[in-house]
Amino acid sequence: MRSIFKTGALALAATTMLSGAAFADAHGVSGPLRIFSDMSNPAPRAVMEDMVARFEEANPEVEVELVITDREAWKTQIRNVLQSGGADIVNWYAGNRMAPYVEAGLFMDISDLWEEGGLTESLASTQGSMTMDDGIWGVPYTYYQWGVYYREDIFEELGLEAPTTWEEELSNCQAIIDSGRACYTIGTKFLWTAGGWFDYLNMRTNGYDFHMALTAGEVEWTDERVRATFENWAQLIEMGAFIDDHQTYSWQEALPFMVNGEAAAYLMGNFAVAPLREAGLTDDQLGFYQFPQINPDIEPGEDAPTDTFHIAANAENVEAAEAFLLFVTSAENQTLINNGENLGQLPVNANSTVDEDEFLLAGFDMLSNNATGGIAQFFDRDAPAEMAQVAMQGFQQFMVDPSTLDQVLMILEQARSRIY
Amino acid sequence: MATIATDTPVSAPAPGPHRRISQQAIAPWLFLLPAFLFFAVYVIIPIFQSFYISFYEWNGLYALEYRATPDGGLTDLECLDLGNRAARTEGCEPTGDTVWTAEYIGWENYQNLWTDPFFWTSLKNNVIWLLLYFLAIPGGLFISLFLNQKVFGMRLYKSLFFFPFVLSQVVVGLVFSWFYLPNEGLLNEVLSWFGGPRTNILGSNDYATYGIIAAGLWPQTAYCMILYLTGLNAVDPEQIEAARLDGAKGPKMLWYVVLPQLWPATFIAIVVTVIGALRSFDLITIMTNGGPGFYNTSVLAFYMYDVALSEFGFRMGYGSAIAVILFLIMMIYITGFLWKMWRDERGG
Repeated sequence: MRSIFKTGALALAATTMLSGAAFADAHGVSGPLRIFSDMSNPAPRAVMEDMVARFEEANPEVEVELVITDREAWKTQIRNVLQSGGADIVNWYAGNRMAPYVEAGLFMDISDLWEEGGLTESLASTQGSMTMDDGIWGVPYTYYQWGVYYREDIFEELGLEAPTTWEEELSNCQAIIDSGRACYTIGTKFLWTAGGWFDYLNMRTNGYDFHMALTAGEVEWTDERVRATFENWAQLIEMGAFIDDHQTYSWQEALPFMVNGEAAAYLMGNFAVAPLREAGLTDDQLGFYQFPQINPDIEPGEDAPTDTFHIAANAENVEAAEAFLLFVTSAENQTLINNGENLGQLPVNANSTVDEDEFLLAGFDMLSNNATGGIAQFFDRDAPAEMAQVAMQGFQQFMVDPSTLDQVLMILEQARSRIY
Repeated sequence: MATIATDTPVSAPAPGPHRRISQQAIAPWLFLLPAFLFFAVYVIIPIFQSFYISFYEWNGLYALEYRATPDGGLTDLECLDLGNRAARTEGCEPTGDTVWTAEYIGWENYQNLWTDPFFWTSLKNNVIWLLLYFLAIPGGLFISLFLNQKVFGMRLYKSLFFFPFVLSQVVVGLVFSWFYLPNEGLLNEVLSWFGGPRTNILGSNDYATYGIIAAGLWPQTAYCMILYLTGLNAVDPEQIEAARLDGAKGPKMLWYVVLPQLWPATFIAIVVTVIGALRSFDLITIMTNGGPGFYNTSVLAFYMYDVALSEFGFRMGYGSAIAVILFLIMMIYITGFLWKMWRDERGG
């Protein structure tokens, strides 16, 4: 606790330089601090509440008002909260998802806090995803890897190894299909899961830089390279790799296919591990591998979505807000909240330790050593909202009926020429 | 205001009655005032706002406003031009107010609508909804005729038939989406008894809209049924008796004697059915979320919500343009309805 208290004091020092306004006394920050959080699922909610309690303990002068909103509902409510000036701190996402609020000046630029608080070193890996328009607009508090979670027992039964190349992938998948199973479960009702597939196929076919150019609107959707990505995807779809009727299921509703052994693997974020374990899969049955290579000349790029805290530009208690941000990103707190008993994800601070969990360690190793192409956020966080929406509908349409590819690409290209 | 008229001429107007007249004139307006006020604030003004916003491109956000500090060496205008940089610039400070970030684009939103395939898909689905929803009226009539008997336990049967109307649309949507589930769903179970092919209704571009309409028809038929049941109570038994003496029975009795007397119920049934068809938003959101693919089951209301207000919706101007079109379409119906009301009032 003592060190956390010190960080608070450090925050204060940073703050006074930043705002040049009222100086709080040297004992720490004070006053009411209004936090709007979207950490509404049971485990994240407990983490958030615990974090607030520990922060209040370290800064007894601060009274935190914590409002936890449903994670889905928050995606639209954030607009009202930011504009009404009711919040000092809000949860959001890194990457292009910040853009509307950054452009409208609703997030506070905290570049100075990053400098003064030493975040440019401890959070260096995520600085890029928080930077936009020459400013740094928030801090990350957790991130997680994406990859293929698979049933090790089924792979063993069929004598398969985790694939590393596209040929192995295809032959593995054929063997799984021949055993009467689907290779992959997926639920595309809410579209973004298809975005994950597109990201990986695209980053393996054309690379990370192409992903960034495409989501930035610099490449036409009718480009041959985009088509190549879809052709790889079509190979899987046409051989029957995905479960039927995926357009009807949410990602949670697609889990039982894997638990029951009707599907052998799931391309998903690490948050899928907890429900899979709860459903009864042991760590002996469950394995993880990095999405296989497709084009050997392409450095592997990975999706690792980052969740964030931001200070509202019209915040009333900036000092306390900055202290809270430093507290959240401190090495101790990062180690604690991201461990297996709490969020079960990866810490953002370089000085914190990753929990001894098979999947977290595998993911951390993958992102640190084997994501040489670059680390993307996610399709719907890298692309502007409108493009993400229509493109992911196109992905779903394509997965349901690959023969509509030309039409899908035409619609996406029209959208691109309108949006950017 | 000649409500108080007397036969005897009054020589001089007494102050008492005069005040009572004005009180009587004001009282109804006073009672109506709250309703008018709320109607204006929540319905009338937003309609005009929608018209207005539909000529703008706007992401739904207000930016913070900045002004120059007294000795910062910058002008207010320069601070405004800096946008989100103003917060980082010495010499600018927030005023505490916000600026509307919209940009005037004239008719562009409407021009875009014209070439937007999703708009036409949604409009087409709206028409399908409207047409198929009218099935609820004959359906409701049939059930009410069937239930209009004096049998033991009839009240229970009636309430069972009425039951779906009591359910929330969200619950109806959930129940039907489970019913339609491709593997575990009851529908496919039943189909398989008859050797029918396994179908995923809500996952199919061709059938999904019809699947949702069927779900909506369930409560809507119950609604029409209850309207007809009350209507049947008001049917004049003497006329039935007279018709029977004249030898009318079966369909002829229904068509020439009963139905004309049920016209008021039919009229209300038509009105609520049209409204019901336009309220399809909840069912679509719950059952397919507009999908599969590109807005295949979307209607105008859903499309408007999706482009303007949903997770990825930041196009307030475009959404408003859709709302305006939807409003104009509704206006045709509302005008017809008002015209009929007016004609009936005058006639009766």
